[in-house]
Amino acid sequence: MIPEIGHFALVLALVIALVQSVFPILGTVTNNAQWVAMAKPTARAQLLFMSIAFACLVISFLDSDFSVRYVANNSNTLMPTIYKVSAVWGAHEGSLLLWGLILSVWAALVSIFSKGISAVMLARVLSVMGMIGVGFLLFMLLTSNPFERLFPIPAEGRTLNPLLQDPGLAIHPPMLYMGYVGFSVAFAFAIAAMLGGKLDAAWARWARPWTNVAWVFLTIGIALGSWWAYYELGWGGWWFWDPVENASLMPWLVGTALIHSLAVSEKRAAFKSWTVLLAIFAFSLSLLGTFLVRSGVLTSVHAFASDPERGLFILIFLVLVVGSSLVLYAIRAPKLRSTGTFSVISREVGLLVNNVVLVAMTATVLLGTLYPLFIDALGMGKISVGPPYFNTLSLPLGIVLFSAMGFGLFLRWKKDKPERLFAKVRWVLLLALIIAFLVPILFMESFTVKAALGVFLASWVSLTALLWVQEQGRSPFKLPLAIWGAAIAHIGMAVTVAGISLTSMYSVEKDVRLDKGETYEMAGYLFAFNGVEKVQGPNYIAQRGEIVITRKGEAIATLHPEKRNYGQGTMPMTEAGIDGGFFRDLFVALGEPLGEQAWSLRLYHKPVVNWIWLGAALMSLGGFLAAFDKRYRMVRRRSQKLTPKQSDALAATATKQEVTA
Amino acid sequence: MTARHKRIVFIILGLCAVAAASMMITQAMKSNLAYLYAPEAVLAGEAPKDRLIRLGGLVKKDSLVRSQTSLDLSFVLTDNRGHEITVNYNKILPDLFKEEQSAVVKGKLTADNQFMAEEVLAKHDAEYMPPEVKDVLEQEHTPKADAKQEVKY
Repeated sequence: MIPEIGHFALVLALVIALVQSVFPILGTVTNNAQWVAMAKPTARAQLLFMSIAFACLVISFLDSDFSVRYVANNSNTLMPTIYKVSAVWGAHEGSLLLWGLILSVWAALVSIFSKGISAVMLARVLSVMGMIGVGFLLFMLLTSNPFERLFPIPAEGRTLNPLLQDPGLAIHPPMLYMGYVGFSVAFAFAIAAMLGGKLDAAWARWARPWTNVAWVFLTIGIALGSWWAYYELGWGGWWFWDPVENASLMPWLVGTALIHSLAVSEKRAAFKSWTVLLAIFAFSLSLLGTFLVRSGVLTSVHAFASDPERGLFILIFLVLVVGSSLVLYAIRAPKLRSTGTFSVISREVGLLVNNVVLVAMTATVLLGTLYPLFIDALGMGKISVGPPYFNTLSLPLGIVLFSAMGFGLFLRWKKDKPERLFAKVRWVLLLALIIAFLVPILFMESFTVKAALGVFLASWVSLTALLWVQEQGRSPFKLPLAIWGAAIAHIGMAVTVAGISLTSMYSVEKDVRLDKGETYEMAGYLFAFNGVEKVQGPNYIAQRGEIVITRKGEAIATLHPEKRNYGQGTMPMTEAGIDGGFFRDLFVALGEPLGEQAWSLRLYHKPVVNWIWLGAALMSLGGFLAAFDKRYRMVRRRSQKLTPKQSDALAATATKQEVTA
Repeated sequence: MTARHKRIVFIILGLCAVAAASMMITQAMKSNLAYLYAPEAVLAGEAPKDRLIRLGGLVKKDSLVRSQTSLDLSFVLTDNRGHEITVNYNKILPDLFKEEQSAVVKGKLTADNQFMAEEVLAKHDAEYMPPEVKDVLEQEHTPKADAKQEVKY
């Protein structure tokens, strides 16, 4: 019964989505106020029915209702409750349902926090989101219905992919989807603004907090995925340039560019058409990510099931979305005049550099990800593009980006003097240089140029951000949240950069063969292997090793890496033993048994690896603070669109604050 | 500077950036592309020696030989039609590495057709087989009847 209710709710949601995508937008054309007013209630009803459908699937999982094929394939009675719930989005059908649910959550949120936006604009925005909803609901109902029944009913289900039976991964997909789908709001705003033919500061101001929040979720989602890969896959790596990782990185890069470009569009009425284009691309790349993951065209950790029919559907949907929005853009863009002028040294150009570099990064990642697909499709052989390709190209782009980041905060809108800028930052520059040389010499075994460069850029970015906060000349408690947000996000990026460069330069990784009782010394630590014993878990059997780590006779940690077997023909899982810390991680993973008591073991010493994720957490915090700046709420309450003149005045006061500082 | 000048400067800068980027990309691509070969193609001498390539196939039954003192090991990759290449490796094999299962190895080929692997990739999921390996195993110009051996992916 419950699955049928869920299925029915999905069908109803589709009908409502159709109404939502047709009537409000038609109402704006025909001046039918009643149709326009349908936007809000349909968006909320959509959320209601998607929630019902989702709840039905959750209940089916909790009840272990194996008459539902999707439940039978991904769950069994032995699984802990948390994984029964996370199994809902553990495979294709359920994750699509989650996608749809999150889309309706975003649409309903837009309908709630819409005071001050004109009814016509809101109708357009919600209609566009309704159209996306129609696409995904059709996809779900036609090719991947999560409520499909299974006969005969099996007595016991199979199991959730053991890789996914982990708390970090239980919340990784919802976070990532919140980010992916969140960009649909910015996208819908851009499309709506183009339909209205008016791209003023208002739409940018409107889209900014939404884009920020979506970006925050995407940041958290990507960081969780990377962290999970680090401790769960047992390779000790945190980023593999795997095509699906790339698929999530691309919307993030474009989203980051969008956040900065929206600032210019709002405050200076420049970059207008460019911003719209970024909004379209951020969401299109999210869709592309979904397509790449779900179509099975990629060889990847994430490519579980491949079904050409599904891939084709998403591809058509992708082409429709990208195609129609680009057509609309082509028609409207020539009319969009960017009124704000600026000179070569100005904050606008600083942000332009940010945008150009981020888009260039996206392009290189896109090329590296899709190139093998094209070559294969053309029958020219099967190639893989290795991580060195991505690393080689991100390095120079990153250097440009991070150098500009430090200057950018101090640049004035419209026109600035290089001398003034340099006078402000020269001491910071010197300090960053000193730190860059001291850190590798004092704290690391050897000096390398790359590490020094990484430390320099990181300290340059974070010190300039701190100086900038101090320059505001106000008590830190009275500063607008947007200022804090920007500073913290920049510092977060710096922390991540420091983590990446130091850990990739100074990690020691060793695969060794150890007999029970043998020891191995690495990076000053002595690893003693005490053998392996069998342990029974709730739904798995594990081989559990014991490694005692000492340093100069002093006990540091006892680690218990495991090799788990979840039965049912699934792959064995490696649970690494990690002694984590602020300055270094010690990482031990079991390899394979090599005879009587001997095992192959992976021993890693990774300096400051946790900074990578600490930085991501700071970035998320920064994005969040900025999204909740009072300014956005006040503007909404005032409910008036500012004329360009007024926004000039706003910008002028902003510059004045900097001058007084 | 007039608006026109500015636009020209921006366009020139943009073109320079694009040119620099495409140069860097082609360079980076050139040194980091790894083509996938089948054992048959390697034996036919189609694969370059001493360059980073990938080799895909099935791990031959009972071919895994380990050293008693270190992690050194070797195994044979086959296409089940008698074309075999010996692969040498000195790191930990992935969890799903098994004899009679598919694997892709990345590394270099020596002059006497020994493969020195830097990385061994097995599939990620018990049911999942990398499409590329499937292609390599199926694509050969052998008659269908020959390929009838039961291969479980």
